[in-house]
Amino acid sequence: MATRQSAALDRKKLLADPIMVTTIVVLITFLTLFILYPLAVLLVDSVYGKETGLTMDIFKRIFAMKSFRTAITNTLKVGFAVGIFSTILGLLFAYVEVYVKVHSKFMGGLFQVVSMLPVVSPPFVLSLSMIMLFGKAGIITRYLLKIYDNSVYGFWGITIVQTLTFFPVCYMMLKGLLKNIDPSLEEAARDMGASRFRVFADVTWPLILPGLGNAFLVTFIESIADFANPMIIGGSYDTLATTIYLQITGAYDKEGAAAMAVVLLAITLAMYLVQKYILEAKTAATLTGKASRARMLIEDKSVTVPLTIVCSLIALFVIMMYICVPFGALFNTWGYDFSLTTKWFVRVFEKYKGFKAFRDSFLLSLASAPITALLSMIISYLVVKRKFKAKGFIEFVSMLAMAVPGTVLGIGYIRGFVNGVFGTGFLSGIYGSAAILIIVFVVRSLPTGTRSGISALRQIDKSIEESAYDMGADSFRVFMTVTLPLIKDSFLSGLVTAFVRSITAISAIILLVTPQFLLITVQINEFAEKGSYGIACAFATILIVITYGSVLLMNLFIKYFGTSRKLKEVD
Amino acid sequence: MAKEKKGVILEHISKIYQDPKTGKDFYAVKDTSLEITPGSFVTLLGPSGCGKTTTLRMIAGFESPDEGEIYLGGEPINALTPNKRDTAMVFQSYALLPHYNIFDNVAYGLKLRKMDKATIKEKVTRILKLVGLEGMESRMTNQLSGGQQQRVALARALVLEPGVLLFDEPLSNLDAKLRVTMRTEIRRIQQEAGITAIYVTHDQSEAMALSDQIIIMEKGVVAQIGSPQEIYYHPASEFVADFIGEANFLKGNLSAKDGNGGIVTVEGHKVPVVGVSELPEGKECTLVLRPESAVLADSGVLPCKVIVSCFMGSYQNYHVMVGDTLVKITDYNPRNKKIYAVGDTAWVAFEKENIHVL
Ligand SMILES: Nc1ncnc2c1ncn2[C@@H]1O[C@H](COP(=O)(O)OP(=O)(O)OP(=O)(O)O)[C@@H](O)[C@H]1O
Ligand SMILES: [Mg+2]
Repeated sequence: MATRQSAALDRKKLLADPIMVTTIVVLITFLTLFILYPLAVLLVDSVYGKETGLTMDIFKRIFAMKSFRTAITNTLKVGFAVGIFSTILGLLFAYVEVYVKVHSKFMGGLFQVVSMLPVVSPPFVLSLSMIMLFGKAGIITRYLLKIYDNSVYGFWGITIVQTLTFFPVCYMMLKGLLKNIDPSLEEAARDMGASRFRVFADVTWPLILPGLGNAFLVTFIESIADFANPMIIGGSYDTLATTIYLQITGAYDKEGAAAMAVVLLAITLAMYLVQKYILEAKTAATLTGKASRARMLIEDKSVTVPLTIVCSLIALFVIMMYICVPFGALFNTWGYDFSLTTKWFVRVFEKYKGFKAFRDSFLLSLASAPITALLSMIISYLVVKRKFKAKGFIEFVSMLAMAVPGTVLGIGYIRGFVNGVFGTGFLSGIYGSAAILIIVFVVRSLPTGTRSGISALRQIDKSIEESAYDMGADSFRVFMTVTLPLIKDSFLSGLVTAFVRSITAISAIILLVTPQFLLITVQINEFAEKGSYGIACAFATILIVITYGSVLLMNLFIKYFGTSRKLKEVD
Repeated sequence: MAKEKKGVILEHISKIYQDPKTGKDFYAVKDTSLEITPGSFVTLLGPSGCGKTTTLRMIAGFESPDEGEIYLGGEPINALTPNKRDTAMVFQSYALLPHYNIFDNVAYGLKLRKMDKATIKEKVTRILKLVGLEGMESRMTNQLSGGQQQRVALARALVLEPGVLLFDEPLSNLDAKLRVTMRTEIRRIQQEAGITAIYVTHDQSEAMALSDQIIIMEKGVVAQIGSPQEIYYHPASEFVADFIGEANFLKGNLSAKDGNGGIVTVEGHKVPVVGVSELPEGKECTLVLRPESAVLADSGVLPCKVIVSCFMGSYQNYHVMVGDTLVKITDYNPRNKKIYAVGDTAWVAFEKENIHVL
């Protein structure tokens, strides 16, 4: 057998396409340099020193620190609790949405708001409002309940805030899952005399179990990687992310921080691998095919009323927490003087260089968004539509970034680029410049963009692109004239998501930003740390307005200029 | 309008795929050699999964062969990408570009060839007229019926005046009536333009009606190549005979031979046959008898017993037993003769020219 002549021919065909080859080479270089290399540097840093050679001393040293060991248990405890609570809440919401007959438009609106809020809001908004509602000067604790020494800081503070932040992710995941269950399976069981509870326990539950595991791990990873909330509401309850941050900014112990980052990365990576390669496959295996027809919704009042009430209350609570922030910026002194004022906003702009902060944040995010969107579309195109050797590598590494906590990436960049690549001085210029901030934004948003790009492209019949190719277009033309126009909506939303994620990012960026740049999120963090909640809220409010505004703008744009409208309107 | 007619040659072509379940390699197409003369209309016919689409995709360049070489107009094209090959494919799913209107869909390939605007406009207008879509230039693809989309796909391929046109079951989504209209149109356009066409289908009447040559494929291997008549009346194997139309198979033994003619003994009865010059005497063989080539009569070649007799309007359908072998017979105009009932004994009668020996 002329073994794999086809592989050789495919390679030849690929090489005949210089734009393709260049793109792939550039991509691989980018991914290697800005994702793999910084992580590798961390690993090397923590086991190898110039004088000491190969050593485990640094690991020994950090594990000897009681604070570090406590941080590990704290992180795992919080992650576990948040994973469980978020999954339960997510399941509740998804179940009500898919199974229960809810008449009101109001409920539909609530659900939509709840699923959208975490996308558009900066990470620490809930921590801020938690403190303002339930803290020492909290409206609810102090004024309604007359408790004067309530502490929201610590385990429960972080757990509650993270749960409320992350459960919408579970809700969206599980909604998709439940919708895919063929109703006839459950009807068959019901038909044979099973009670509604038995049907859930015997049919629905086993089907969604892998999906629940999946949701649990995803939130677990998010919780562990979260930096902003533990920073603000953790108090003395340190997690790994905050400990690493303090280790490098407070103790200036770069090797120690690197080793800690390796530990954190090992945990998230292990979970990510389990989630991606075991649970995702299982989820897909148990739920093949689409539901064949619409489900008979539960109308039984004894079921619908309590479920509806519980969900509404939770949703309203979440919304209230978000609304609390703008008010925090409008009251004279939170907790003492509730007269309205614009002084915080004035102070933000006049005293704290608010304008510069907004301009820097805005411009950097604006620069990174198109790069991210284009990059993720190119990666998705290559992954879904083309075959070549390095494809697996490209897909794996760009998704890997999902499992890398921002803090870890930040430390990796510091160690990897301060003295240039491998200490050679090559690229050392980017450290401290706008370029590295933009790159971090891109890398942080790449997995989400790629993921949505891949699912959008899978919907497009392969033969549409092939036909263009067949008529004489090269890969570049096919991508520009066929692929990109067909996934315009996905591209646009990728653009806005990347922008929003970048302008609200903090964990990696806080380690890399130099005084030359003022970023809103960093400002919020700083003022919240100091206890200047009025200023923090004013910053946060304007940030929410920007992000919410861009999402609205995008939706309008898609509605009027999107491809799907043009293509759908006649059907 | 055609420039140069181009032939296609496949030289020992194989394609190996990996079974996604077992991970084992298997041949989707195995050691296929074909020679398609310039300007002819050739159909690839075979059951589902036999490798028709794979063969077509290798010619178009979407898949690379694992063995062998493909020639287009005498040039080896193995290493050429699809956009560099002088072929145009009409996809089963049409694959129109949904964000372009009809004009832009048809003009897409011409624009890539850097033609000037006036020429493009003229060519597109002419081809749209040819397929009967004049005046629909500005419609979007989803504002067309299936048959119209089909014709856009056809026009888009034809306008490029390719050396070879490739069709992958282009009519499979249409209703029976439209299929007949469209296939006649395809044939007419192909003949007018004199383009070499390779057409994949698993509808045998379509293949019969259109082709100069039919290539029957079975599990990745070419089972027979020939004109429609050759394939129908002189199938090379039981598979081909069974696949094309209906066939009865009678096992026998070539008991006597005289030049081209001979006698085959079936179930103890002597059946005169022709076309056995290549078979040695005494050889086991199979007789292929088309149901419409035989009739039931009071005297004939093989005695039988009727087990099914069914009136179908224009013909009478019989199942009869010749010894242990079931034979199906469709008898047109039986009222001229006699209609047999279940349980009757009778004779299967046919001319020796109507029987094919394998
Ligand atoms: N990309 C692929 N990977 C693995 N196996 C494949 C691939 N494409 C096709 N096959 C297999 O190769 C064989 C031939 O497929 P092909 O599509 O050529 O069949 P076909 O003759 O066109 O059938 P149909 O009439 O159903 O369209 C089938 O067994 C098919 O499952
Ligand atoms: Mg096929």
